[in-house]
Amino acid sequence: MATGKGDRTNDCVVEIENLHFSRGARRIFAGVDIGIRRGEVAAIMGPSGTGKTTLLRLIGGQLRPDAGRIRVDGVDVHTLKRRALYQLRKRMGMLFQSGALFTHLSCFENVAFPLREHTRLSQALIRHLVLIKLEAVGLRGAHALYPDELSGGMARRVALARALALDPMIVMYDEPFSGQDPISMGILVRLIRLLNDALGLTSIIVSHDVVETAEIADRVHVISAGKVVESGSPQALRASSSEWVQQFLNALPDGPVPFHYPGPSLEEDLLGNSGAGVSGL
Amino acid sequence: MIEWLRLFGEQTLAAIARLGRGHMFLLRVLFGLPGLLRRPGLVISQIYATGVLSLLIIAVSGLFVGMVLGLQGYNTLVSFGAEQSLGVLVALSLTRELGPVVSALLFSGRAGSALTAEIGLMKATEQLSGMEMMAVDPERRVVAPRLLGGMIALPLLAAIFTLVGVFGGYFVGTVLLGVDSGAFWSQMQTQVSFTEDVVNGVIKSLVFGFVVTWTAVFEGFDCTPTSEGVSRATTRTVVHSSLAVLGLDFILTALMFD
Repeated sequence: MATGKGDRTNDCVVEIENLHFSRGARRIFAGVDIGIRRGEVAAIMGPSGTGKTTLLRLIGGQLRPDAGRIRVDGVDVHTLKRRALYQLRKRMGMLFQSGALFTHLSCFENVAFPLREHTRLSQALIRHLVLIKLEAVGLRGAHALYPDELSGGMARRVALARALALDPMIVMYDEPFSGQDPISMGILVRLIRLLNDALGLTSIIVSHDVVETAEIADRVHVISAGKVVESGSPQALRASSSEWVQQFLNALPDGPVPFHYPGPSLEEDLLGNSGAGVSGL
Repeated sequence: MIEWLRLFGEQTLAAIARLGRGHMFLLRVLFGLPGLLRRPGLVISQIYATGVLSLLIIAVSGLFVGMVLGLQGYNTLVSFGAEQSLGVLVALSLTRELGPVVSALLFSGRAGSALTAEIGLMKATEQLSGMEMMAVDPERRVVAPRLLGGMIALPLLAAIFTLVGVFGGYFVGTVLLGVDSGAFWSQMQTQVSFTEDVVNGVIKSLVFGFVVTWTAVFEGFDCTPTSEGVSRATTRTVVHSSLAVLGLDFILTALMFD
């Protein structure tokens, strides 16, 4: 099975090399190597708190690594000046977990926002483009609604239309499936794959929804304890001999990641006199 | 004792760091101001949000402050037989002090808190991050128009406050208490200097508008992106900007009217 650095080829649109990142005393990444090929749907998976969202923010240049390098389309993101970074971001769409729609703007205006900010297109052309983007996510009929009138799934689809407004080369999805009902989830799963192939995008999905993500991902990178523990196709990962990967993919309650938080034994707590652990009760 | 010193040092350093962040933030926002020339609509909508929507509280407060000034001024002046000077007292009090200061305090509570809450909630709901990822700088797109809008709105509100206050004093002094109307206006006209009193009052309200709006937008932008963080930032905006207004008022008064 291919892992980390060995996976990277010259056709990688995102190359992460030896990435180190900490928040205060907490180490998030300690030498992460990931290559994401042009045109693929790549999934970054791992348990909550492993820094998956942080990784997207590092790729987008919103955070700066302590060490290592992230290159997007051959450009080192963190050496760019502000203007060049903003130019690069025009080619990167991001779907936030919350949708991050502007609450004071309608769906139409939300999708039109990047077009109005970055282009000098006529109002008529902007209207056509916005309606086409909304049609792609099935929400053309909802263009006049405001974000507080949308369901969670609809809000994410509008946010997806907005992320696609400038025809980016990469779209990053931060937990696109969390908190969705089965219908919304099914729609989002299909949309991500469909749009990736139809528009020639590269998609990076950060998620811990194993089944849905594995269904559409070309390759999966599993992160734990600040490192990539396994990379490969979903089929290859299912055949992995790693106990950790098996526990994660099969949602087993106990394994290398223990069910019980480390502490003294139950007998010790109930019968013994080491009252320190429960002194607060 | 050592622990107390450590805490004191830690909080002092945090305050200095925050002050530094505030100034760096201001510099970045100021760089964004020229870009607004191409998009005046953004500033106008902020003047509406901070200025027009504050008109009612400003006008009503101005009226009552002017009426109280008329009443208190009359009671004091009448014992010296100088009630004809009521117009001067009301006008000078309002143009030099009460107009700019009370408007700024009301502006801080009405518009400043709203600015902080709006920007703080945009941060908490990832709207600012989303904007950054769309290659739109939130400091230029969101903060700069609000800063400029607030700086324009407050002097206008202070002028309205002063105007309404003068009419409030006039109503109480002449209509209710019998001061001669001609004396009220003519003494005001001769004793109130445009360059010294009115212009200095306008300068004060410009400074207050800048300080209150800067505090409000910075607190929103710098807040912890949680509901508690936004709530605390909103409180800080009102407390810090009110104290800054009162402190600066003393300094400006000392410089202007020595």
